[in-house]
Amino acid sequence: MIKLVDVHKSFGRQKVLDGINLEIEEGKTTVIIGGSGGGKSVLLKHIIGLLRPDSGQVLVDGVDIASLNDRDLNEIRKKFGMLFQEAALFDSMNVMENVAFPLREHTKKKETEIRQIVGERLKAVGLPGVEDKMPSELSGGMRKRVGLARAIALHPQIVLFDEPTTGLDPVMTEAINQLIIETQKSFDLTCVVISHDVQSIFTVGHRIAMLYKGEIIEYGTSEEIRGSSDPVLRQFLSGSLEGPINVL
Amino acid sequence: MNRISETLDSFGKAVLDNIEEMGRILLLFLSVLMWMARPPLKLRLIFKQMEFVGVKSIFVVVLTGTFTGMVMALQGYYGFKMFNAESLVGATVALGMTRELGPVLTALMVTARAGSAMAAELGTMRVTEQIDALSVMATNPVKHLIVPRVIAGVIMLPALTIVSDFMGILGGYFVGVPVLHINSGAFVSNITKMVDLGDIYNGLTKAAFFGLILSLVGCYKGFNTTGGAEGVGKATTEAVVLASVSILISDYFLTAIMF
Repeated sequence: MIKLVDVHKSFGRQKVLDGINLEIEEGKTTVIIGGSGGGKSVLLKHIIGLLRPDSGQVLVDGVDIASLNDRDLNEIRKKFGMLFQEAALFDSMNVMENVAFPLREHTKKKETEIRQIVGERLKAVGLPGVEDKMPSELSGGMRKRVGLARAIALHPQIVLFDEPTTGLDPVMTEAINQLIIETQKSFDLTCVVISHDVQSIFTVGHRIAMLYKGEIIEYGTSEEIRGSSDPVLRQFLSGSLEGPINVL
Repeated sequence: MNRISETLDSFGKAVLDNIEEMGRILLLFLSVLMWMARPPLKLRLIFKQMEFVGVKSIFVVVLTGTFTGMVMALQGYYGFKMFNAESLVGATVALGMTRELGPVLTALMVTARAGSAMAAELGTMRVTEQIDALSVMATNPVKHLIVPRVIAGVIMLPALTIVSDFMGILGGYFVGVPVLHINSGAFVSNITKMVDLGDIYNGLTKAAFFGLILSLVGCYKGFNTTGGAEGVGKATTEAVVLASVSILISDYFLTAIMF
């Protein structure tokens, strides 16, 4: 479904992705982990064509999206939904208008049908009846849930999550994790989650990939990752200051 | 010697940066034209921006237009009085307003009010990833955000300039006739004698061009904002400065071509 082949990306002299090879399995949740500023968001933006690689291929259903023009890229993007780190709700629109946005842009559905779908999606994320609220009236967790409702409005095949639990309290973190799991199952989604929250990684991930110094250094199931002897991965999961990851 | 070379270096870099920026704004303009030509035009968004740029700027344009006409009449009166030509005050105010001050002052006021808001709004959308969210939802941000603003700028600036011209002449009349006791008939007849439709049309053409500049620069600066709240503030300031300077410089060249 999604395959990255030898993807390189630099910003000025800083090399962020240095030959990424990764295959995202269909119908599963793949979590990409790595340190802050390690290129996880850059990798996610390549998957949806917000950034184009300096070299290499990003294949979505066999099509290299890096070589597409805007119009063709937009067609591919309709297969995707994305939940941004701070939800990225349009602050000039209320919740109803936010969730309805992709439906109004890309379908010819009647207003009553759109209202019904918005209601269903909000119910699916546990927020029924907030249609008339503005994003500024919502808490961080609620904004993320509305962001997820918007991401799944068009019933996409793939949903990308950019650090979905960052900035949330432990209870809300667990609630969002459960929501990702339930949404993935009920909508039969392929999910890509980037995160550095160790607890969440093992809760939501069917497959886990570790990004370090621009490369995927480890990939596997939760059990395989837990049992890995890779010193970088061990240090990352244990949160130790001792080891190859040098932060000070 | 080193200091001279450093100064030349930084001067050269500033020139190159400015040329690069002009090129980027031109590319954005071409992109706006391309997306404008692709249906559907989002009329609801265009009308919303026309209301914001035009309707909501009327008060400030009426105020500046009126007082500019009034002060022109006052200044003109003292000059013309020396030659016993006070009746020309009306024509001077009308020519000044329609050719120059109407379009330029309107553009500067709308730049301060709406151009800055465009940069701030788009800048905030950029740093909070709302523009990325549009792209991800397969909606082109240039078409959705910039095209309506540019269309609104180009249509509403001439409309506001008509208001400004009218209020300026009216302001001039109220200072000239009741206060300075210029003959009302001579005041009006000299306006109709000396101002022709060409003056008004050229002024409105200028206004449309200024509308293009202020909306394009506001959107460009907002769209390319980096660096959080500080970046939004910087983008807003730069948008107002660049648009105002561009309006005044282009005004000279447009005048040289038109009149």
